[in-house]
Amino acid sequence: MIAVTNLFKSFGQVKAVNGVSFEARDGEITGLLGPNGAGKTTTLRMLYSLLPPDRGEIRIDGLDPTRDAMEIKRTLGVVPDSRGLYSRLTARENIKYYGELHGMSKKAIRERIETLTQTLDMGDFIDRRTEGFSQGQRVKVAIARAMVHKPQTVLMDEPSNGLDVMSTRALRDYIRNLSAEGHSVVLSTHIMQEVAALCDHIVIIAKGEVAADGTAQELLERSGCDSLEDAFVQLIGSEEGLLA
Amino acid sequence: MRGLTTVFNKEVRENIRDRRALFNSLLLGPLLFPLLFVGMMWFLESAEKERAEKTLDLPVIGAQYAPSLIRFLEQQGTVIQPEPDDPEELVRSQEVPVVLRILPEYPEKWSEGLPAPVEVISDPSRQESNAPIRKIKALLYGYGQQIGSLRLQLRGVAPQLASPIMIRDVDLSTPKSRAILAVIFLPYVLMITAFTGATHLAMDTTAGEKERKSLEPLLINPVPRWQIMTGKMLTTMVFAMASLALTLVSFRIVLPYMPVGAFGMDLTLGLATLLKILLVISPVAILAAALLTLLAAFAKSYREAQSYMGLVILIPMIPSLIFMANPIKAESWMMNIPLFSQNLLIGEIIRDESVALGWYGMSIASTLVIGLILAAMAATLYNRPKLIFSGS
Repeated sequence: MIAVTNLFKSFGQVKAVNGVSFEARDGEITGLLGPNGAGKTTTLRMLYSLLPPDRGEIRIDGLDPTRDAMEIKRTLGVVPDSRGLYSRLTARENIKYYGELHGMSKKAIRERIETLTQTLDMGDFIDRRTEGFSQGQRVKVAIARAMVHKPQTVLMDEPSNGLDVMSTRALRDYIRNLSAEGHSVVLSTHIMQEVAALCDHIVIIAKGEVAADGTAQELLERSGCDSLEDAFVQLIGSEEGLLA
Repeated sequence: MRGLTTVFNKEVRENIRDRRALFNSLLLGPLLFPLLFVGMMWFLESAEKERAEKTLDLPVIGAQYAPSLIRFLEQQGTVIQPEPDDPEELVRSQEVPVVLRILPEYPEKWSEGLPAPVEVISDPSRQESNAPIRKIKALLYGYGQQIGSLRLQLRGVAPQLASPIMIRDVDLSTPKSRAILAVIFLPYVLMITAFTGATHLAMDTTAGEKERKSLEPLLINPVPRWQIMTGKMLTTMVFAMASLALTLVSFRIVLPYMPVGAFGMDLTLGLATLLKILLVISPVAILAAALLTLLAAFAKSYREAQSYMGLVILIPMIPSLIFMANPIKAESWMMNIPLFSQNLLIGEIIRDESVALGWYGMSIASTLVIGLILAAMAATLYNRPKLIFSGS
C-alpha cells in the first residue's frame, strides 16, 4: 500500500514533479501514465528512496523513504529505468548477487531462483552469461533480481520498453499474477494499451501534475469520450509524447 | 559488513573473468616493466662495449704540418682518414663524429716552443659522439704531456715539477650501492605499477557501472552506500597489490639474466628484501586505489574518467624524476611524504642499508592516513544522488 501526498521535486529551474498525490492499494495494479518527461521516473525514484523529495509525503506500508530508506528497500522490488546487467556474470549469478545483498541464505536464494526461472520461463538462458541477451531476456533477469526477496510492493519503470509482442504478453501475465497474489504493483508507462489492458487504477501525470485519477471506466465517464485514447488526449490537454 | 563482502566477492569474480582487467593489472606491469628493464640494460651495455672496442676513424686536415703527432695517433690505434672537403658539413650530417684540423701555423709555433693549435671539430650535443670526442681529446692530451716532459728533461728540469698534485681514486662504494640505476628504476616501476594495477578496476567498478546502467538498480538494494563503495575499493586494492607482488616476483626471476656486471651491479632480490619492499609499497596500492576510485566515481562518464587517469599516472613519476635530477640524502621528515618516502626506502633496501624501524612506520602511516581520507571521500561521494544520474 502506497500513499503519496503533494509531492514536489525540482532540478534547478525545472519542476519535475509539481504536487503529485495518489494511492496504490494492495492487490491492485496502478499505472502512472503520461508523456515522456512528465515526471513519472522522478516520482518512482522518490518512492524507492533514490531521490529525496523537496516537499510532500510518501508512505509505503507506513514507512517513509526519507527516514526508513533501508527498511523500505527491503520491502520493495524495483525494476528501474536502467536495467544494466553484469555481462560477465550469468543470469543466475546476477540474480544471486541481489539475493546476497538482501542478506538471504544460500538455500533460500537457490530455491527462489528455481521458482523464478519457472515463472518467468528463463530455463534456456539462466546459466548463460548475459552478454548478448535479447531485450526480453534482459527484462526477465531484471525482474527476477528485483523479485528475488519476495517484495510486497513492486515498482516498474516502463517495464515493456523494447519488448516484442510475445514477451509483452508474458510480462503482463506475470504482473497480473503478482496483483492476484496480493502485491501492490505500480508501473509507469507512456503506452495507453498497456494501462488499458493491465491497470485497475490509472493515474495520468502531465507536466509534473496529476491530470486525472481513477479506473478506466471512471476516466471515460469524466471525459465524456468513447475511447480511452480520446479521453487521455482530452485529460492531458495535448497529444504530444503519447504513443498509441 | 555483509553488503561489503558481497560486493567485494562479486567484483573479484566479475573482474577475474574480464580479460582486459587481467591484462592491465596482472600482465602488463609484471611482464612489461622487468623485460623493459633487462632489455634496456642489455642495450646500454652492448652499445657501450661496441663504442669502446670500435677503432676510431679520424679525418685529419693538415696532416702534413704535424707528422709526428699523426704517427703517435696511428700507434694508438687511430685510423687516419684523408682530408675532407667540407669538415663542418661532415660532422653536421653525422657522417663522422669528429674531425681533427691541424692549423698551418702549427710547425712554426711548435719549433718556437709555443702551444701549437689543433681544432677538434664535433657536435657534443649528440650523445653517440661523446665517446670518440673523449677518446681523441685524451690522446691529444697524452701526446702533449709526453712532449712536455721530454722538453723539460732536455732543459735539465725534472718533469715531476710540472705535476705538483697526484690524484688517487679510493672507491668506497660496494657493488650494491653502485646499483644506482636499479635504485632509481625499481621504485619508479613499482610506483607506476601500483597505479596501473588499480586504474582499470577503479574505472570499471564505478564509471563503468554507471555507463552500463547497473548502478541505479544496485543502489536500490538495502546496503549502505559506503559499504558498496568500500567493497569496490577493496577489490581495486587487491588487484593493485597482486600487480605489485607479481612485478616483484617477475623482477626476481628476470634479474639473473641481466648482463653480467652491468654497471658494477650486484642486485639479487632475496625473499626478505622482496617482502620488505612489498611492505613498504603496499600502502601506495591503497592510496592509488582510493584516489583513482574517487576520481572515477566523480567522472560523468567512462571517457571522462579515462582522461583523468592519464593525468594521475604522472603523480607517481614526480618523486622519481626529482631523484633523477637531484639525488638527495634520506632524512626523517621525508618519510611523511607519500610516494617520496617509498622511493627513498626502497632505494635504501636495495642498497642493503639498515633502515630505522621508525622510518618504515612513518612512511606506512602517513600514506595510509591520506589513502583512508581519500577513501572516506569516495565513500561519501556515493551518498550524493547527483552521482547516480550524471551521465545517464
